[in-house]
Amino acid sequence: MIPGKFDYYAPTSVDEAIDMLVTHGSEAKILAGGQSLIPAMRYRLAVPEVLIDINGLTDLNYLKQVNGHLAIGAMCREVDLEESDVVQSQYHLLADAAEVIADPLVRNQATVGGNIAHADPANDHPAVMLAYDATVVAKGPSGERTIPIDSFFTDLFESALSEQELLTEIRIPTPGANSGGAYVKLERKVGDYAIGAVAVQLTLAADGTVAAARIGLTNVYYMPMRATGAEAALIGQDPSDEAVLEAAGIAAAAECDPSADLRGSAAYKRDVIRTLAKRAITKAVERAR
Amino acid sequence: MAIYHDPSKPKHVADRVEIKTKVKDGASAEVPTTHDVTTTTPKEICGIGHRMKRKEDPRFIQGKGRYVDDFKLPGMLYMDIVRSPYAHAKILEIDASEALAMDGVLAVITGKDLEAHGLHWMPTLMSDTQMVLPTDKVVYYAQEVCAVIATDRYTAADAIEAVYVDYEPLKPVVSPFDALKDEVIVRDDKEIRTNRIWHWEVGDEAATDAIFDSATTVIKETMYIPRIHVSSIETCGMVANYNPATEKMQIYMTTQAPHAVRTVFALVTGLPEQKIQIISPDIGGGFGGKVPVYPGYVIGAVASLLIGKPVKWIEDRSENLQADSFARDYHLEAEMAADENGKIVGLRVNGLADHGCADSAANPSKFPAGLFSICTGSYDMKAAHVNFDAVYTNKPPGGVAYRCSFRVTEAVHMVERLTSMMAHELGVDPAAYRMNNFIKPEQFPYESPTGWEYDSGNYHAALEKAMEMIDYDGLRKEQLEKRERGELMGIGISSFTEVVGAGPAKDYDILGIKMFDSAEIRVHPTGKAIARFGTKSQGQGHETTYAQIIAEVLGIPALDIDIEEGDTDTAPYGLGTYASRSTPTAGAAAAMAARKIKAKARKIAAHLLEAHEDDLEWNVSQWQVKGSPDKAKTIQEIAFAAYTDHPDDLQAGLEATDYYNPPNLTFPFGSYICVVDIDKGTGEIHIRRFVAIDDCGNIINPLVVEGQVHGGLTMGLAPAMYEEIVYDENGQCLTGTLADYLVPTAVESPKWETGHTITPSPHHPIGAKGVGESPTVGAPPAIANAVVDAMWHLGVRHIDIPITPEKVWQALRDAGVTE
Ligand SMILES: Cc1cc2nc3c(=O)[nH]c(=O)nc-3n(C[C@H](O)[C@H](O)[C@H](O)COP(=O)(O)OP(=O)(O)OC[C@H]3O[C@@H](n4cnc5c(N)ncnc54)[C@H](O)[C@@H]3O)c2cc1C
Repeated sequence: MIPGKFDYYAPTSVDEAIDMLVTHGSEAKILAGGQSLIPAMRYRLAVPEVLIDINGLTDLNYLKQVNGHLAIGAMCREVDLEESDVVQSQYHLLADAAEVIADPLVRNQATVGGNIAHADPANDHPAVMLAYDATVVAKGPSGERTIPIDSFFTDLFESALSEQELLTEIRIPTPGANSGGAYVKLERKVGDYAIGAVAVQLTLAADGTVAAARIGLTNVYYMPMRATGAEAALIGQDPSDEAVLEAAGIAAAAECDPSADLRGSAAYKRDVIRTLAKRAITKAVERAR
Repeated sequence: MAIYHDPSKPKHVADRVEIKTKVKDGASAEVPTTHDVTTTTPKEICGIGHRMKRKEDPRFIQGKGRYVDDFKLPGMLYMDIVRSPYAHAKILEIDASEALAMDGVLAVITGKDLEAHGLHWMPTLMSDTQMVLPTDKVVYYAQEVCAVIATDRYTAADAIEAVYVDYEPLKPVVSPFDALKDEVIVRDDKEIRTNRIWHWEVGDEAATDAIFDSATTVIKETMYIPRIHVSSIETCGMVANYNPATEKMQIYMTTQAPHAVRTVFALVTGLPEQKIQIISPDIGGGFGGKVPVYPGYVIGAVASLLIGKPVKWIEDRSENLQADSFARDYHLEAEMAADENGKIVGLRVNGLADHGCADSAANPSKFPAGLFSICTGSYDMKAAHVNFDAVYTNKPPGGVAYRCSFRVTEAVHMVERLTSMMAHELGVDPAAYRMNNFIKPEQFPYESPTGWEYDSGNYHAALEKAMEMIDYDGLRKEQLEKRERGELMGIGISSFTEVVGAGPAKDYDILGIKMFDSAEIRVHPTGKAIARFGTKSQGQGHETTYAQIIAEVLGIPALDIDIEEGDTDTAPYGLGTYASRSTPTAGAAAAMAARKIKAKARKIAAHLLEAHEDDLEWNVSQWQVKGSPDKAKTIQEIAFAAYTDHPDDLQAGLEATDYYNPPNLTFPFGSYICVVDIDKGTGEIHIRRFVAIDDCGNIINPLVVEGQVHGGLTMGLAPAMYEEIVYDENGQCLTGTLADYLVPTAVESPKWETGHTITPSPHHPIGAKGVGESPTVGAPPAIANAVVDAMWHLGVRHIDIPITPEKVWQALRDAGVTE
């Protein structure tokens, strides 16, 4: 449980960090909260030769409401979400998730940026950001660009970020009127990754039917996934109708593809997704009303 | 320092229960049960019964404990271990050249190197043998293959990656049922080619069969008590410090049984025993996992001996979880018989023990399946028979007595599950059913059908108290109402009997060393004292409770008495701390040694007071002339005189030693009630309430007992719902980190509601019994019974622990219930 040898750099500005990424390329890894990277290094599953510690980039440690979205800086920690009034009052889906990610010790250290950049389908934020239709801001040697979340995750632990890019910000559109969201997670014990979890963000039409809905699923696919079938089963329908909920739950269960492991059999996980989808939708609808 | 925790104001009652009437083997005819803890000493003295805060805690909660890894000796080297990626494989070659070429690497030790000294194998506590390092083949995943010695930890960790081992994988045998077929043989070194280790039977088979043949109701269930790990916060480790000049081997190691380890080291290595010193410093949890000697200890000691420098070895978490001794792993097929009145009349058990690649259980020698035959539990029945086999498999060796007096946990789970099943089967409330089947208070001392003599008990009183505390009748009403609405709620009971305190020396030994224990007390001239013991606390609070026992007898304030354990050069010989044996043995020795001092103090007092000994009486902390308390000598005055003004016919000093051999074991008991609500959608179990009534005889310190019970209950919750060591079909351990070996935390733990009844042990000098393990033993069946109770009406009969949400979900879906 002792990592291999590595060189350690602590840049003091974003540009300096990008210069280092350019210099060291694929040998380098960014170190944010370290809560995913360091365990991997201790097991020598990750053996980076160079660590670029961005904890000194305090200008990336922000969480603010601007121009119709919530801007989450790359060094914003999970605990900051829990302690933010804006998040607690307007971003219920995010607030739900912030409470069930890992445990308080990990949340004091882990960053939202790292959680997304790691592109781990077991992490909770990918499904949350997919449901929110968030945007990722990245900065590299040729400047800044924005990446829609739908094209951010490309494979297991793979994202659209290039080796020379730093994730600097995540933007979540501020939910409009009659919108609500919820995150429902089943875990074996505190600090565990999800057996399965469902993120829902939806908007109701004046007649109470679902006008728009996005659903993300956690840890039931080889990469972060959206449950578009479940979304389709919901849009235009009355979400207080038990049959509609059931149809959305069944669709989500059908489109995920969990693997059997110590958290449960594939059949169990699918059925958990069915149940949790119904519960998350119901909760989101309550909040939208 | 505020030494006192006083929410409930214990009463000062002079006439505490003193039990003297010994009948046979230390049993007494009548032992009354009481509810209040009483004291005979004032707070300033803090004798028995006081809620004294633990003396050891200030150093622990300030991070000032001293554990093995805190010892850093000059010139110290570090050891790291190369481990097998296969559960069964031939070793074709070990090429350490690249590792040896690294800066800072001093040596790579292989099985062949140890073979040269005859140390590649070592004996286990069950007189089996276990590899230290392999010369031909590995027999479990994560087995030690060779060890690197380097100048620092980091180099050692890098070097083990640079050792190349060429393996030829062999087919492993993972299931104990497959092992019985003897197709794959785990131990080629044995003369007979079989995986069978031993066969063991207890009870009268013919009488039991006859009872079953004539029984009205027989129920039968197969149960698996899964393989689990103690997973103490501190892993195993040592600093071996051989001094070539003095030829003395000093070993700091995290062991629960330092003296036994010293003797075994002497016998195995041939080093003279006076040249071996084992020092067990503060221990971060033992729970039975630190009784055995692991290969790393032998390799580290050999490395220090050969190199002549101190060598440190500290396991990491994964090594600890994957390679150290497991506990439990019993496959049981159990039957219970009832007569036409529904009365339990018989019990029949077939068991298969999976020991992994060696029987390195930590049982007393004569008991291959430990004290499993206590399995008739709290119930009076006519006959019982237990039939056991044990096999080798390609898994790490074991199994240790994880917070359990040698296999009692397995026995209690089985009998408590069966008793609840029988009650349900007969349509009787499980609480009423227990009341009707308990051994009655007047039957003690009770002779069980498997040969135990229970010292004292009052099972009705404990269950009644638990039912009252939790409002049992109200809960049953609520359950019916909920069931009408399709909601699932369950109430589970466990009324366990423990058997602890090994042991009477005639029956109990570890590798031939009798299971007595010891205390040595020295009172200094100023009336302060030091006492040393053969046991070794790992969190049990000995520094406090032993001091209280001595304070009770001698009237010296408990804060004036230092307790030392763990250094074999200074402590009297003893067998160590496990199996809830410290209070029954060393605690008794403390009282007996203190009584010897008190007797000598009387002679000195008589001399000082110019009175006759017979004219003196004891009063809390002084000897006084009968009827005239102003003519008195305090224990402090007497202590000073023992060195300055003792009578001519007495030797100086005020010291005593006692090696206590208990006349019988003690039999703590309790009744636990658990209430669960079940989520039909996910299968999650929510423990709503858990009431635990324990009876451990006289209570030395209620605060310490509550602490032991809280911790123990959480360790009972663990296997009931979370923990299991899992292997795949290749024998690879899938639960080698705390991400997958699920140790419950405060978040998972329900609010434990505790209480007690007091039924003293008639044969123990202070009427105490031992409590550390009762909750670990008693809790799992209460939880399992509650879950099944919630689903019995759906046709669910049994679910093996750990009861995970998926198992509940499966049972519900099989019964056609869904959300
Ligand atoms: C015990 C435990 C339990 C956990 N449970 C959960 C859980 O239930 N749910 C959950 O979602 N997560 C869980 N986690 C993971 C935790 O939330 C991680 O911290 C998170 O996934 C990564 O954030 P980090 O800041 O620690 O990133 P790091 O570990 O520092 O980095 C992770 C990866 O992202 C890269 N990276 C980080 N920041 C940037 C950036 N700004 N730009 C480009 N690349 C970057 C790193 O190079 C690395 O590859 C758990 C972790 C632990 C230790």
